[in-house]
Amino acid sequence: MLLLLTLGIGTLTACGVWLLLRARSFDAILGLTLLSYAVNLFLFASGRPRVDAEPILDPGSVATLAQITDPLPQALVLTAIVIAFAMTALLLAIALRARAATGSDHVDGKEPR
Amino acid sequence: MIALLLLAALPWIGAVVVACLPPAARRRSAWIAGAVAVATTALVLAAAPAVFGGEVLRFGVPWLPALGLDFGLRLDGLAWLFALLITGIGALVVLYAAWYLDPADPAPRFFTFLLLFMGAMLGVVLADNLILLVLFWELTSLSSFLLIGYWHGRSDAREGARMALTITGAGGLCLLAGALLIGHITGSTKLDVVLAAGDLIRAHPLYETALLLVLLGAFTKSAQFPFHFWLPHAMAAPTPVSAYLHSATMVKAGVFLLARLYPALGGSEPWFWVVSLVGLTTLLVGAYTAIFQHDLKGLLAYSTISHLGLITLLFGLDEPLAVVAGVFHIINHATFKAGLFMSAGIIDHECGTRDMRRINGLLKYMPFTATLGMTAAAAMAGVPLLNGFLSKEMFFAETVAKQASGVMTWLLPAGATLAGTFSVAYSVRFVHDVFFNGEPVNLPKKPHEAPFFMVLPVALLAVLCLAVGLAPAQTAGPILAVAAQAALHGGPGQPLPEYTLAVWHGVNLPLLMSAVATTGGVLLYFGLQRFINLHRIVRLPGWVHSGGRDIFMALQAGGLGAARGLTGALETGSLQRYLSLLVAVAVAAGTWPFLGGGPAAPLAPVRLDEAGFGVVVVALIGIAATLGTVLSYRHRLLAVVLMGAVGLVVCLTFVWFSAPDLALTQLLVEVVTVVLLMLALRWLPPDSPTEPARWQPWLHAALAVAAGLGVAALAWFVLSRPTASISDYFLAQSLPLGGGSNAVNVIIVDFRGFDTLGEIAVFGIAALVMHALLADFEAPRSLPPGDDSDRRPLMLQLASRMVLPFALLISIYLLLRGHNQPGGGFIAGLVLAIALLLVQVAHGQAWTAARTGSDYRGWVGWGLLIAAGTGVASGLFGSPFLTSTYDYPWLPGVGGVPLASAAAFDLGVYLVVVGGTMAMLLSIAHLSRGSR
Amino acid sequence: MTAGLLATHGPVLPVVLPLLAGAALVLLESARWPALRRWVPRVSLAATLLLLLLAVQLAARAAGGDVQPYLLGNWPAPYGIALALDRLGALMLLLTALVACAALVYALGGDAARGLHFHALFQFQLMGLNGAFLTADLFNLFVFFEVLLAASYGLLLHGRGAGQRERLRASVHYVIFNLAGSSLFLIALGLIYGVAGTLNMADLAVKMAALPAADSRLMQAAALLLLTVFAVKAALLPLYFWLPDTYAAASAPVGALFAIMTKVGVYAVLRVTTLIFGHEVATPFLPVLALATLALAAVGALAATHLRGLVAYLVVASAGTLLLAAGLGTEGTLAAGLFYLVNSTLVAALWFLLADRIAAARGGSDLLQSRPLAGGWAPLGAVFFIAAVAVAGVPPLAGFMGKALLLQAAGPTPFGPWVVAGVLAASLAVMVALARAGSILFWEPSRGPAPTASSGTAAHPLAISGLLVAVLCAAAAAGPLATYTGAAARQLQQRDGYIAAVLGARPAAPAWDLRQEMRERQGAK
Repeated sequence: MLLLLTLGIGTLTACGVWLLLRARSFDAILGLTLLSYAVNLFLFASGRPRVDAEPILDPGSVATLAQITDPLPQALVLTAIVIAFAMTALLLAIALRARAATGSDHVDGKEPR
Repeated sequence: MIALLLLAALPWIGAVVVACLPPAARRRSAWIAGAVAVATTALVLAAAPAVFGGEVLRFGVPWLPALGLDFGLRLDGLAWLFALLITGIGALVVLYAAWYLDPADPAPRFFTFLLLFMGAMLGVVLADNLILLVLFWELTSLSSFLLIGYWHGRSDAREGARMALTITGAGGLCLLAGALLIGHITGSTKLDVVLAAGDLIRAHPLYETALLLVLLGAFTKSAQFPFHFWLPHAMAAPTPVSAYLHSATMVKAGVFLLARLYPALGGSEPWFWVVSLVGLTTLLVGAYTAIFQHDLKGLLAYSTISHLGLITLLFGLDEPLAVVAGVFHIINHATFKAGLFMSAGIIDHECGTRDMRRINGLLKYMPFTATLGMTAAAAMAGVPLLNGFLSKEMFFAETVAKQASGVMTWLLPAGATLAGTFSVAYSVRFVHDVFFNGEPVNLPKKPHEAPFFMVLPVALLAVLCLAVGLAPAQTAGPILAVAAQAALHGGPGQPLPEYTLAVWHGVNLPLLMSAVATTGGVLLYFGLQRFINLHRIVRLPGWVHSGGRDIFMALQAGGLGAARGLTGALETGSLQRYLSLLVAVAVAAGTWPFLGGGPAAPLAPVRLDEAGFGVVVVALIGIAATLGTVLSYRHRLLAVVLMGAVGLVVCLTFVWFSAPDLALTQLLVEVVTVVLLMLALRWLPPDSPTEPARWQPWLHAALAVAAGLGVAALAWFVLSRPTASISDYFLAQSLPLGGGSNAVNVIIVDFRGFDTLGEIAVFGIAALVMHALLADFEAPRSLPPGDDSDRRPLMLQLASRMVLPFALLISIYLLLRGHNQPGGGFIAGLVLAIALLLVQVAHGQAWTAARTGSDYRGWVGWGLLIAAGTGVASGLFGSPFLTSTYDYPWLPGVGGVPLASAAAFDLGVYLVVVGGTMAMLLSIAHLSRGSR
Repeated sequence: MTAGLLATHGPVLPVVLPLLAGAALVLLESARWPALRRWVPRVSLAATLLLLLLAVQLAARAAGGDVQPYLLGNWPAPYGIALALDRLGALMLLLTALVACAALVYALGGDAARGLHFHALFQFQLMGLNGAFLTADLFNLFVFFEVLLAASYGLLLHGRGAGQRERLRASVHYVIFNLAGSSLFLIALGLIYGVAGTLNMADLAVKMAALPAADSRLMQAAALLLLTVFAVKAALLPLYFWLPDTYAAASAPVGALFAIMTKVGVYAVLRVTTLIFGHEVATPFLPVLALATLALAAVGALAATHLRGLVAYLVVASAGTLLLAAGLGTEGTLAAGLFYLVNSTLVAALWFLLADRIAAARGGSDLLQSRPLAGGWAPLGAVFFIAAVAVAGVPPLAGFMGKALLLQAAGPTPFGPWVVAGVLAASLAVMVALARAGSILFWEPSRGPAPTASSGTAAHPLAISGLLVAVLCAAAAAGPLATYTGAAARQLQQRDGYIAAVLGARPAAPAWDLRQEMRERQGAK
């Protein structure tokens, strides 16, 4: 199962990087989004994710990592998701504006000859 | 020793004062400059008794001890001699320049630069540690750059200035390296230490390196072969500058350095061979080239080069007497060459040209100047009864006396005699061409005597030449003694070698040599005139003509071209290339540590049994969707949809791996992202054009695969590790101290609330930037017009209106319970934002704007204020920023609400998220209205 | 009062002040009533000046030598987020505030009004910078990197009309490139947390020692990835190619503020190498690449066809020099590097403003071809000359001293000869390039009527002369400055002080102990 997670991370990274290296801003944005999925999962994986171990505590018992999954990476991923979203939106706006100004959605702002 | 400080500081003060004068203030600037020059001369003379009494005057304040750089001054015999030359000749030059400068020239600028140079040059000779010396050394290069470029309208001036700066500046940097090296060897850069540590330095393995670096500095400055060519091109400067910097003082800095460091670096085989050979070559090349110059100043420049070579050669001979002779010739050359330049300047000034093919027979037009000029020229040629003769005799004597090995035994005297012949030849040419040789040829002006104050300095210098030539022992004797002592031993009180300064030493070999040289020179000149008529020579052969300028310019052009080419090749402006580099570097960085070989660590066993069938299917769907996104990326709409699917699978992954908050967030973010991309696609081409099938895609694919493998490997390594984390603390403390049972949320708003503060700041900033970017965006005609028709399904409108209140309730509920159950400010905010978006879609911009307003930036501002304010509030209770507290007010329906201060913080988050998301969405949706 | 405030809350104030100011400015800038909007510049300027005052105070405190920790939310390290103020951090804060003041004053001369939200973004940028310089937590460092990047995207795009297309083109490159860098940053962080299970720098420094060989390999990979990210910010070969276009496209005050941006990367490299990984982790890559960067930047300066491009390469060159100092990693080179950093930052900011003035005087063109110059060359030329001397590392200004110190310290290291040759050659190349540029801009005669001297406000000369004075002071006060940077370098080398301060910091027992009450309530329930 962790193997699946690893596979997923690898695939997402590879695909993200390849799209990131495309010549059109929109494709690069898609690539960055895929890449951010990969990165978030990677960060998430650093907490050794487990099944049925939600980090919701009940007042009765004292919990440890033995029973409950590591909450810290989840918090980090939460922050990362938000930041990635904000940046994607921002980049999208810039891409729109650049396309309007240069007449091309090529990342270098001009059609290749 | 405050007088010393004053001596060093006066020129700078004067420069600042003069710089503040208006461009028209000729007289005033000249007066101030003159006053400074005279005052400094007086200060130098006032120091004479002490110096001649065998003292070394000092002044010092620390500046940058870490570098061994103090502002320390040190006045011994050698420094005193140079200070006298700098200030005394400086005074004469100022007087001369006051009359020389054209009314059109901005005089204050000239005198500012001149005083700057004077200050820098005094600094060089007075510096008592090498770093300070280097510092002033470079300043002389800079001020000479400014002075050569004074008439910056002329291209030769600009070119000459830059050439001089490049050569001498480079030399200065070498000198810096040398100085640091010497400091490294001796442990100090103070002159007293360095000069006393000669044996230590010479014995050090790095001695040759240090010597070479220092010599590079000296040779470039003193225009030694092969760096000599900058000097003739520096003649584009106004003549007073040529007289002052480029004959009397600045170019002497190099030989000054040789004299200064002789006790530390001299007295070794490398010194003898390098210095003497370079000196000899320069001596011959300069003298030979001088004969063929038509430009008056050109001739003098090359003669200067050859005389500097002569002095260098004398120091290179590495004999006490030779050093004495070198110092003596420094004095003599300064006097007669400055005089010659000034008279050349007068001639230029009066005739309007410096071409010796046209200015002839000036004797009858300006007899007084002619006499002075001829006297100085005779001194240059080394005619008896003039100072030049004496030092030249000593020079010849030394070349004979030097016990050199092999070829040098005859090469030295022979070369000296030959050079003497040449120098006589060009001196004769100067005199004969300019003052005799028929009538002037169509001069721009009618020549006549120059104003008295312009001739006066020349006269004084000529008298000096004569005085020293007639009674050397009485005039120059004492100065030479102290200076030579300092040069030989770095200070007073040491014995000098036996020598007598007299006009007549009886008939000896040196006298014979100069007799040969004189007659030979005269014959050579008239021979040349008779048989090939120097005037006919239009362009001299190769480097004789250009003096290496062509080579320099070629190098410069080549360097510039190469630089352009290299930079162009590196910076193609292609983002794809830059990103490929980034990926490649990252892959390399990630793999490097494992190249050592061996497995990183025991890896976890691969087990699939625990993964249920459904999980596998979902995972495979996700991977398939990912690949699908890539394959269909040209069809953007499809790609976006597939990407949404990928996002959903990621969301499911979070659900599966017990991360409900992440799952919720991912889901909502996914929705908003897809909406944004859809909105954006209205303004972007629906398809990506097919790329020109070249090798790039394959390279990119290779990089991508490498990156994927690398990250996957790292992930597997991590997953195989036993967990080691600080997180038990959070699990233990969330309830008792954080007051929340949702550990993730407690971490977000409390343990790591500071991160969240930054996170919402980023969110708000992004919203602001998008607003700023798109607010004034006019949809250009070239793009398809926005489709904002009012075909809006009624059902949707009703639904959205019904949804909105519920959404509001739900979001508030999520906000409040977030501390204990999945939820929290961010998720709640997104829920409300999406509901508003729905209304937006259903009813259109105008309708919504009318009710909810269209400017959400205020929400962002307030949200940030509230979130930060919560943190500050805790400060008011004496706790650190963002310290939380809480209580349990009872709300009907919701239950015990943890109204932690953290909740107030979460409220801030909520506001920022709602406001930010709406601002983002609207700023893009707003485009759809185009320029309406 | 202030002393008490600084003692209790000192390290957090440089983050909170700009944050509050920024938030307030957002409200003012989007206010409906013009009366409120008129307050925007005053608030912005007041906040920045206050920040400068604060930075001076903090530097004075840090000069004492002890590291001041700060536990956010009163949670003990390594569990909460900790800040730490040491000599290096204080120096960076002070530099940032200085440059910010100059840039803002200049911007008030007109640039700020050309677009929306300049002032808010400016404050957020400062918040991000200060946070990055203060935080002792790696993930928090990431967050502040994002803050300052997000703000810098906005600032880079700021400005209407002239150069808008270039700005957009450049910012597409800049944003995408940096987003890729951010992903890399997160991967490195995941790796670090996955192996060491902590994010606090001091805690990491301790845990590094106890790692088994295999794990330390993973850690080394993480370190190199991290350094790659920082190299993107700091402009190291082969990752600096985005910089020249971007910086050349930015408006003058933004460019001046960006003078500190590359230094953030350098700072981060210094911090993690000295505190956590040790500079050996980066040898020999860092020194070699830094030297190559320096060389290529000098070449680029020679090749530049526009003044702004030339200035951008000067920034790259100084970054190369600094990374060289960091890569060699001895106390001497670090001290020299920090000394050089002060001058190079101030002078880079000065250059961006100066280039803008020159372009304005030439009718808006900074092309290196002779053009008529409005108002004569004397005043601008003089500043150009001084700035050139300061940036080329030619005597007598601090640039020269910094380089000399670096050579002195680097000489004995194995790279010694290369460093000496490279640095001096680069100085020469830059000197030649500037001499060429200067003689073209100011000396070459040109046809045509001179453009009418743009009626620049008092703000422009004020900002420029302020920076000029700062540059000259750096040279005049070289002794004390070198003492401080030397002490800072020593503090970096002896990391125990930092570690002890951060991990040893105890949660405050506030006047009214909130947690005490909570515990009682818990007991009551």
